[in-house]
Amino acid sequence: MVYIGSRVKRKEDVRLLRGIGKYVGDIHRAGMVHAAILRSTHAHARIVKIDAAAALKLPGVVGVLTVADMPGLKTIPMRTGVIPGLERSQQTPIATTKVRYVGDPVAVVVAENRYIAEDALELIDVEYAALGAVVDARASMDPGAPQLHDAVPNNIAANFQVNVGDVDAAFANSDLVLEEEFTTQRHSAVPLENRGLVAEWDEGRGLLTMWGPTKMTHTNWRILSELIGLPQSSIHFIEPEVGGGFGARGEFYPEDFLIPFAARHFRKPICWIEDRSENLKAMNQSRQQKHRVKIGVKKDGTIMAMDAEILFDMGSYTRTHGGVPAIAASAMLRGPFRVKNYRCNVFCVLTNKTPVGTYRSPGRYEANFVRERLLDIVAHRLKLDPADARRRNLIRHEEMPYDLGKHPFHYMVYDTGDLPGQFERALERFGYESLKATCAAAKLEGRAVGVGIGCFVETSGIGPWEYARVEVDNAGQVVLYSGCNSVGQGIATALSQIVADELQVAIDNVRVVHGDTAKVPYGNGSNASRSTVMAGSAAVGASRKVKDKLLRLASASLEIDSADLILRDGRVVARGAPERSLGFAELARLALPGPALKSGMTPGISEEDFFATDKRPFPYGVHVAAVEVDKETGKIKILDYLVTEDVGRKINPMIIEGQMAGGLAQGIGGAILEEFVYSEDGQPLSTNFMDYLLPTAMEVPNAQLISTEDFPSPHNPLGVKGAGEGGITAAGAALANAVSNALGVEVKRLPLKPDYILQLIKDCEAAG
Amino acid sequence: MKPANFDYHDPTSVDEALGLMAQFGDQARPLAGGQSLVPLMNFRLIRPAHLIDLNGVNELSYLTADDHTLRIGATTRQRELERSAEVAKRWPLLRDAAAFIGHIPIRNRGTVGGSLAHAFPSAELPVAMVTLDASFILRSTGNQRTARAEEFFLSYMTTVIDAEELLVEISVPSLPANAGWSYQEVSRRHGDFALAGAAAVLALDASGVIHHARLTLTGTTPIRARKAEEFLLGQKPSEALFRDAARRATENLEQDSDIHASAEYRRAACAALARRALMQAAQRAAEQMTGTSL
Amino acid sequence: MSTRQVRLTINGREYSAAVEPRKLLTDFLRDDLGLTGTHVGCEHGVCGACTILWNGEPVRSCLLFAVQMNGADLKTVEGIAPNATELHPLQEKFWELHGLQCGFCTPGILLTAEALLKEIPNPSEWQIREWLSGNLCRCTGYQNIVTAIQEAAKTLAEIPR
Repeated sequence: MVYIGSRVKRKEDVRLLRGIGKYVGDIHRAGMVHAAILRSTHAHARIVKIDAAAALKLPGVVGVLTVADMPGLKTIPMRTGVIPGLERSQQTPIATTKVRYVGDPVAVVVAENRYIAEDALELIDVEYAALGAVVDARASMDPGAPQLHDAVPNNIAANFQVNVGDVDAAFANSDLVLEEEFTTQRHSAVPLENRGLVAEWDEGRGLLTMWGPTKMTHTNWRILSELIGLPQSSIHFIEPEVGGGFGARGEFYPEDFLIPFAARHFRKPICWIEDRSENLKAMNQSRQQKHRVKIGVKKDGTIMAMDAEILFDMGSYTRTHGGVPAIAASAMLRGPFRVKNYRCNVFCVLTNKTPVGTYRSPGRYEANFVRERLLDIVAHRLKLDPADARRRNLIRHEEMPYDLGKHPFHYMVYDTGDLPGQFERALERFGYESLKATCAAAKLEGRAVGVGIGCFVETSGIGPWEYARVEVDNAGQVVLYSGCNSVGQGIATALSQIVADELQVAIDNVRVVHGDTAKVPYGNGSNASRSTVMAGSAAVGASRKVKDKLLRLASASLEIDSADLILRDGRVVARGAPERSLGFAELARLALPGPALKSGMTPGISEEDFFATDKRPFPYGVHVAAVEVDKETGKIKILDYLVTEDVGRKINPMIIEGQMAGGLAQGIGGAILEEFVYSEDGQPLSTNFMDYLLPTAMEVPNAQLISTEDFPSPHNPLGVKGAGEGGITAAGAALANAVSNALGVEVKRLPLKPDYILQLIKDCEAAG
Repeated sequence: MKPANFDYHDPTSVDEALGLMAQFGDQARPLAGGQSLVPLMNFRLIRPAHLIDLNGVNELSYLTADDHTLRIGATTRQRELERSAEVAKRWPLLRDAAAFIGHIPIRNRGTVGGSLAHAFPSAELPVAMVTLDASFILRSTGNQRTARAEEFFLSYMTTVIDAEELLVEISVPSLPANAGWSYQEVSRRHGDFALAGAAAVLALDASGVIHHARLTLTGTTPIRARKAEEFLLGQKPSEALFRDAARRATENLEQDSDIHASAEYRRAACAALARRALMQAAQRAAEQMTGTSL
Repeated sequence: MSTRQVRLTINGREYSAAVEPRKLLTDFLRDDLGLTGTHVGCEHGVCGACTILWNGEPVRSCLLFAVQMNGADLKTVEGIAPNATELHPLQEKFWELHGLQCGFCTPGILLTAEALLKEIPNPSEWQIREWLSGNLCRCTGYQNIVTAIQEAAKTLAEIPR
């Protein structure tokens, strides 16, 4: 059977369905104690004094750590998204002299159990001297605003520009120039499993073992080594089951240093599992951007130029993914459209709020909302159908590969695709034309029904390299050691399919090992929809080397030329003489050191490969939404939704559709429900699940999810493009356009809360 | 989010429970369904030194009806109220209100008395009980008194219940013949706390004129729209009438503001929901009179 | 801190232990009894990851204290499959139709679905979604979960009771 392209059931599932998968919170080590983090209750304050005396007296408390116990503390570096300047606002794992957001770690308590640890937290007396807090990015840039970091004047952690073509000349040449301002709200990944770590220090052997690290295990391994002063060979990371990542899990958080530090300090295994109220204050937030965009168009809708200013609200510290949301937004603001003249001025601004990182389709969810809204506004002004306004500007197949022009921090050449073709497919499958008539008829009845489009190009498969080792064990089982990570997305199944096809074995005879630094020496992890592309390609490379070795071993033993041997059903078989064959287990025996060395071969069947690339594949597609809005309550009902996405090549269509469906649910949440709200003085107001609203089964409709493989990418041997983010990326755009269309208003911000909707209606009626 | 320490008591009779309430006063909290109390304890927003578990006091859980009255024991589960055939037939407003409470697992444990005593703003059972002219029996060791629903809710999460008292029974009178009802609510998501809600009961006489009208809106405490009710009496149902009534009900209506919605929104939504509730109540009343099945 | 003895039945097996009053049922199941299939997502009754069945009805174990469970009859995810080699039709369908990704919400959802299908053997899509609305899933977007439950309902209808 051919596994690639088929809807193979996931190998991960049975243990998860039985409830026997071990997440980090399920791990028990003998003598394990529990940590809790004391977090700042001030958004901006000097730490005057920390008195833990009462906490230390509480029975069951093992100890309390503060900055005084951690001499020589370094800041947590960036792993990616490096923009010069951002290094000045990196975070020390624990607050030193100041706290800069509510949630900033101030002390670590270790106790017999989490109950007592939380009792002890209440007994630690911290004296703060409050400083003024600033929560708005624009206000934060004002000279009078409180300064968060001494080295960063005006709280502008970084500022960069993109400049393509001649924007000013293009504006002069435009028939219509519009300027609009848009805002996307703070929201984020909020996975169902809170963050956690178990750290155990073996004093006797000088070995630190940690369960819990994920997403970019090897990078974190190196970072911890540098921060904690232990060589990597003394540190062992093990990845358990992970309850969702979405871009925010697996960063190098302060706790990734504090917990192993505490384990070494107290010489006891330490378990730290955050609770939800911490998670909503301390896990990376994202998406908060203000865009001011000027667009110049011809009467027929042709876009001449775009000029944007982006304020990226990054919270109070630079995190491991640096300025990725700002970089990506500025790189992908033009999306699938031909805009030869483009200028963008990006400010990464510090505010006294939770630090910001990546969240599924970082920067692009925001940028797509902005651009697609802007296009609808342009269409409206020019009295064009929004679909026609897009048709005029979609990059055509003949123009691929399409170079968007230089960006200082982002790869900018779209590889393959037929964007107009995908666009027509989406509209046709959705019934766009007849739906327009339905909307018009409904409006005559006084109902607000509307349709909205959101086009996108996603980025995926980032390099620069990935590692794989494939080996055949004594029983003929194939094992893939991969540098990727699992956050629940099914990568082990997809990789198994790839290896099984390469080596012609049954998928049940393939095991995938990932996230364990003692077994996998190198890796770049799983972020930015890279795993199938990068880990898959490295797995192909290693598998092909293993195939070579198998053929050579069989050739020597059977005395048949390699060219006359093929792989079939876990055996090497002579072409035309199937009775002459050797099974993988037999070949493994032939490869044992004794026999192998005798015959002059390198022992074992084990081959490594690195797949390296500096290019990226770009999946692309369209979201279309139909909504009805209750004009009296502002409630939005999604009547119908469609997503199409070309992913180059589908390894497992079921998994791809699952990614699209899951991404869409998050996209709907971001468009209508989710928001991290802060008070003026920096107090977070969305710190429980009644205030931060995740979509339930009643808010997410059945959607049409169409994945296609029309245009494989030339940048990797599989031809795949990463499918992790297409489902979320244009949901804000499509829904905002649909609501605007339904009500005859112009949505300029997310989320589409009921009171915002009513305000838009009211303003529209007032304006006549 | 683990709760602070407490002493646990599990009485098996009302007298025993009341004795414990008297003994520990404001140091004690009764535990019924726990769906509101335990989250607060887990957040350490409430830290009772003594928890009096009422779930073993079987005599507090009952649902009985005679010709005139529905009697609900305070620890009757919301889900039982929701599923009762008798309640569906004679007090369907209660069933509809209960169905809006959270989600099924919440209603499997949450109790009628618990929801009323907790008195969370915009909660459904308080609004429904005010609309149905319910009354509540409160007991303490050696004392018993009755409070009408309308005077029971004082302010934000505050009722007339004293520190040593327990709400033991809710008593709901029968509705007038052929009464129509409606519970309308708008929330951010299915099962969330209401941003705005309206409950209405209407009964028409033989000539189709309104002779009984009740309209209650959500607010910090349930707000009975007396002026609107008076306005409706003696009139014949029409959309224009109900629009006018809704306007009267929500003029200067005090509403809260929070991260989910502004006070202005809530007022506007209450007006829309009040109108819709009245319309649906009138339609059902008319259907009852003509014997049309629903 | 005074403890209380609690004796209860979980997945058909009797357990007895001493617990302090404030210990949440979730922590008792996971830490004291090693039944880690019940997950902790929020500890305030909203996410549903901790859902178990008490007398066949779905409830939030994070809003119950272990001391309340004397004589209780509980079911957790570990008790859904008929044995160590076979799966329940719900589990089979979730597997077949990709009804899970990270698996964290899955135990709570399986139990809720089991209770649903006992009460409503042939539920409509609206009923399924309504029953599921108290279980948050961040990965799947719910679509495949709904389909899996619909398909499992058909399978269960064919099994003689």
